[in-house]
Amino acid sequence: MSARLHALIIKEFLALFRDKKSRLAIIIPPIVQLLVFGYAATFDLEHVNLAIWDEDHSPISRELSARFSNSTAFELVGHVDNGQEASTLINTTQALLVLHISPQCSQSYHQGESCPVQILIDGRNSNTAMLALNYVRDIISTYNADLLEELPNRILPVQLEMRARFNPNLVSRWFIVPGIVALLGMIVTLLVTSLSVAREREAGTFDQLLVTPLRLWEILIGKAMPGLVVGVAESSLIILITVYWFKVPLLGSLAALYAGLTIYILAIIGVGLMISSMSTTLQQALLGAFLFIVPAVILSGFATPIANMPKFMQTMTYLDPMRYFLIIVRRVYLEGAVLTEFGHQLWPMTIIAALTLTAATWLFRHRMY
Amino acid sequence: MKIESLFRLKGMIRKEWLQIIRDPSAIAIAVFLPIFLLLIFGYGISLDAKEVPLAIVVEQHGQATDSFIGSFGANPYFTPRHMGSIQEAENALKNAEVDGIVWLQHTFEQEYLAHQSPPVHLIVNGGDANTARLVEGYVQGIWANWLNQEARLSGRKMNSPLQLEQRIWFNPGVRSTEFLVPGVIAVIMTLIGSLLTALIIAREWERGTMETLLVTRMTVIEMLLGKLIPYFGLGITGLTISLLMGRFVFEVPMRGSLTIILAASVLYLLVALAMGLFISTIARSQFVAALAAMIGTFLPAFILSGFIFDIRSMPPLVQGLTHLIAARYYVAILQTLFLAGDIWPVVLKNSAALLFMGVLFFTLVILKTNRNLEQQ
Repeated sequence: MSARLHALIIKEFLALFRDKKSRLAIIIPPIVQLLVFGYAATFDLEHVNLAIWDEDHSPISRELSARFSNSTAFELVGHVDNGQEASTLINTTQALLVLHISPQCSQSYHQGESCPVQILIDGRNSNTAMLALNYVRDIISTYNADLLEELPNRILPVQLEMRARFNPNLVSRWFIVPGIVALLGMIVTLLVTSLSVAREREAGTFDQLLVTPLRLWEILIGKAMPGLVVGVAESSLIILITVYWFKVPLLGSLAALYAGLTIYILAIIGVGLMISSMSTTLQQALLGAFLFIVPAVILSGFATPIANMPKFMQTMTYLDPMRYFLIIVRRVYLEGAVLTEFGHQLWPMTIIAALTLTAATWLFRHRMY
Repeated sequence: MKIESLFRLKGMIRKEWLQIIRDPSAIAIAVFLPIFLLLIFGYGISLDAKEVPLAIVVEQHGQATDSFIGSFGANPYFTPRHMGSIQEAENALKNAEVDGIVWLQHTFEQEYLAHQSPPVHLIVNGGDANTARLVEGYVQGIWANWLNQEARLSGRKMNSPLQLEQRIWFNPGVRSTEFLVPGVIAVIMTLIGSLLTALIIAREWERGTMETLLVTRMTVIEMLLGKLIPYFGLGITGLTISLLMGRFVFEVPMRGSLTIILAASVLYLLVALAMGLFISTIARSQFVAALAAMIGTFLPAFILSGFIFDIRSMPPLVQGLTHLIAARYYVAILQTLFLAGDIWPVVLKNSAALLFMGVLFFTLVILKTNRNLEQQ
């Protein structure tokens, strides 16, 4: 490594770590975010508020009510006697759902007909409503099977047996938390790099840098180094926390994870330096970084699956480096995947990294205004 | 307010306004950003699993198997793909080509005829637990329907003593867009209010022009108002665009009154502006201010507000923490007003919390700026 490159790299690290506030801003918030979001970002329902409206008052209705209130999925908040009370509870979000057993229930059952069990559910958050209905269905089908067993010569014609691969208890945290490695890795790296050139442009020192004997590729390496080191180090710390604090199983190979991580961080650095070179002020660079982060996170499939998006948007996701790394992280963690399985993820990220880094280098000399 | 105070305020607003106009990125935030974000969020975020690819393995065909499998073809939630063996299906599951497998073993038909209650195996890819749960739910629904249909056709007594009837209120079509769009509006208001405002005062400190402002005859209140009013205008522009798009592009019903929606939005915008001012007053550098605004306001509005992840699903400690997030109250108000209507207990309770936070942050900002004055 040439002496001047060495000096430039040292200068870049100093520029980043000199100020105590920015030092803290790089280290503390990502950890806090990981801890908070690791717990907050979950789709798993527990203790859903339930009210019961039993008009039947029979052994069957009491048994059904007991099965609901004893389930860990539900938390009984009260009994109601009429539709008015039921709708007030739901409207004011005191109860997510009301179990309504009509007066003829046990009568119909003893006459050999089905008893309708009505569930009134708050659909304001439709995903929560669907998940809660799953628990409802579980309880009702189990009770159905038990009731049939009591009848002479009756059994369920067909049973349903459900199993889940890779995440047997369907803990959604196992899906979301590895994704946070990709999310925070991107945010930290992008903030560090997108500001580096813009800060010098605003201060006017970037022109001075350009007239030094440093070649453009040396400036690129000098500007990329802090991002690479901070990005990889911070991600490693986050990986440690996901494994030892959140106990997410990391079954696959670390080689695959780190190969993916390095290329991913390089691609993000390329984007960050491009944004930075195009901006004349820090504010523009920050907004640029932001305008990249938001769609990149949404299109990556971090919160909701890519398969649910409309077709044109699914095509756009191929431009998003986070999309590829997210697949790598999740499969390495949960499915125990190894390096050779990720050809289709690694080459697109490599191309994105090569293109963005080249474009950034070109933009050092060719400003956009 | 005295006349000269008004003049000073007008001058300050004019200065801020010129700064906004001259840097096109701020206008971009108010006009272009809401449209861009609503399109990205509105189309990109969806929890509705439709046409889920599902592998179907039938080892030996018969009347019962065909009738059972037939009910999957007619279902909008699934795209069935028939596979020859369970190994093939398991491989497809591992490579994410299908999200689930329905497997009827070769003994199925025989056991069914002998009334031995044969199992239908459903295997899902649990990696994406939320989608896996939805798939399980859909399959359970199909199975329960088939049982009833089978009982009717065979003229036997009912197969299910209890029959589930579900009434999903406020969103019977179960479109996740309908609860996500109000949340997106909250995120956009947070961005305009907090991120942008956090940057402006921090920039004055960083460039040293804050001292210049402080030695003028302007009072702290005048200066803050002068900074707030132009950005409030930007926020209202963003809000108008968001509401129009939510109503006409994403076709979210607006069951509550528009006046209350607007009033709640103005209240939230003021809280967001106050938080932005507070951050910038503390941070004093644009880098730290931007990071703090991202982490203190934008990301919580995204993850802790109940916009995507339901607060009711979070552990109690985190649920407690969400009470500190202003966006949470605004999201609750908007979701109720858009989908359920004018339910006063919900609106009033959450507005009171917003009002409290707004007063708190404005007081903090004024105190903090005053103290800085004394230090100079």
